[in-house]
Amino acid sequence: MGFDFAHFVELIPDINTAFLQTIYMITISLVIAVVIGLPIGILLYITDKGLIWENRLVQNVLGFVVNMVRSVPFIILLVALLPLTDAIVKTTIGPTAASVSLSVAAIPFFARIVETALREIDKGVIEAAIAAGATPWMIIKDVLLLEAKSGIISGITLTLISLIGFSAMAGTVGGGGIGDLAIRFGYYRYDNTIMIATVLILIILVQVIQILGDFIAKVVDKR
Amino acid sequence: MIEIQNLSKIYNTKNGVVKGVDDVTLSIQKGEIYGIVGYSGAGKSSLLRCINLLERPSTGHLTVDGTDLTSLKGEPLRLARLKIGMIFQHFYLISQKTVFENIAFALKAAKVPSKEITKRVESLLDMVGLSDKRDVYPSQLSGGQKQRVAIARALANNPKVLLCDEATSALDPTTTKSILNLLKKINEELDITVVLITHEMNVVKEICHRMAIMQDGRVIEEGAVYKIFSNPKTALAKEFIASVVSFDIPESIVRSCTGPIVKVTFRGKVAGEGVISDTLQQFNLKGNFLHCSIEYIQEMPLGIFVMELKGEKKEIQKALDYIEHRDAQVEVLRDGI
Repeated sequence: MGFDFAHFVELIPDINTAFLQTIYMITISLVIAVVIGLPIGILLYITDKGLIWENRLVQNVLGFVVNMVRSVPFIILLVALLPLTDAIVKTTIGPTAASVSLSVAAIPFFARIVETALREIDKGVIEAAIAAGATPWMIIKDVLLLEAKSGIISGITLTLISLIGFSAMAGTVGGGGIGDLAIRFGYYRYDNTIMIATVLILIILVQVIQILGDFIAKVVDKR
Repeated sequence: MIEIQNLSKIYNTKNGVVKGVDDVTLSIQKGEIYGIVGYSGAGKSSLLRCINLLERPSTGHLTVDGTDLTSLKGEPLRLARLKIGMIFQHFYLISQKTVFENIAFALKAAKVPSKEITKRVESLLDMVGLSDKRDVYPSQLSGGQKQRVAIARALANNPKVLLCDEATSALDPTTTKSILNLLKKINEELDITVVLITHEMNVVKEICHRMAIMQDGRVIEEGAVYKIFSNPKTALAKEFIASVVSFDIPESIVRSCTGPIVKVTFRGKVAGEGVISDTLQQFNLKGNFLHCSIEYIQEMPLGIFVMELKGEKKEIQKALDYIEHRDAQVEVLRDGI
């Protein structure tokens, strides 16, 4: 059974709904990942040895938590976090519920990316800022975030694409989305039309995000 | 202006304890340009970085403009650093900020109101000769221009002291010269004390008033630049001087000389008095110049002549006595054959 165009047209409303659900989930998760993951990434960096807020304890505890969350397979995290999800959004099914687990997975992921981007900065630039009498806040805002801007934007692209992958599993909790459609209809029901259509949509979506992300990262970089 | 007393900086490395700076005592006067020379690993960079506490000294005292810096940390230390400018070998400008924003950054650290920032940055750019580069990013500047921006940033808050960490080592000779002239101008016009470290003796010769030579974390020779150039005491000092003023004579030339080879050094005013020509006229001798140069250090001439003297042994001795009598220093490099 190949691609059946008539069947595809019939399924357009379903694909449309799934597409919007995917966008909904990854947007919420990305915003939360950036809002919480960025400060964590900065903290991971500045508490390291020889940096502006060297602090072994904070560094180790934070590093441990981040690694722990990252080591749990997403499908397990999704189920394990059901009580938390229920407490936050008062439901355990649907795209909103799935967004909670997606966010929890994306926060440490993005935090590590931010940390890595910050490590790329020449330490001399930070030192020159210290020598100039800059406040710690100025160093974070005007040196660290500014110099790592391009790397952080690439990190957002990476996080967004990973989130699309993770969101395929959101179907487990009735989250919906394109990935879920591909698995339930395409894979379990041997519906090649929907399988091909959804995979194509995902390919296009990922390509568009990557190209856009690379473009923005390049435009903002003044090096 | 800067008093360093028994300062040591100890690093704990994998291979044990390393003394980066070992019991250094130095006094740097207000308004002078002070050079610290040494090979890499001599501890000069560590010493310089201790002055603004980028590295905290392990032991010893340090006062800058009467303030004991080692007792400060946090906010008071930050405020003290506003009065100590620093520039680096690799400039370390913020690559994502324009020239204007880079300099404004230092002023923001001092909480200067934004209206004044514009005026101040413009006058600083004028001073370093980069007014036309105001809104350009560092990547579009040459090395010398980047260093000028770094200098403007370092001077933004009217510091008392400017620390220069190998500031010209990444620049070509012409640019080095222009940066050194700028530092000299800053020192003279703004009365800023400049401390610079370098491995290039030429830099010291160009602009420093006094200098120290460091080896293995210690200061092994210290004093006025002219004095060290004209009368170096340690082997290392001689080596550094030889890198600027070289008196190597090819072996084949030395072998072809029969008379004694002498080196005559004139310091200060005598260098201009024609002692050598007087000597050669008064005594029945022939002088064969192998090397001669007059260096100007702090606008004072330092003349060094290496020559072979041909004539009677007695006559040569009399001539050498005469030269010494005229306040020049004579050193016999090789006796006659």
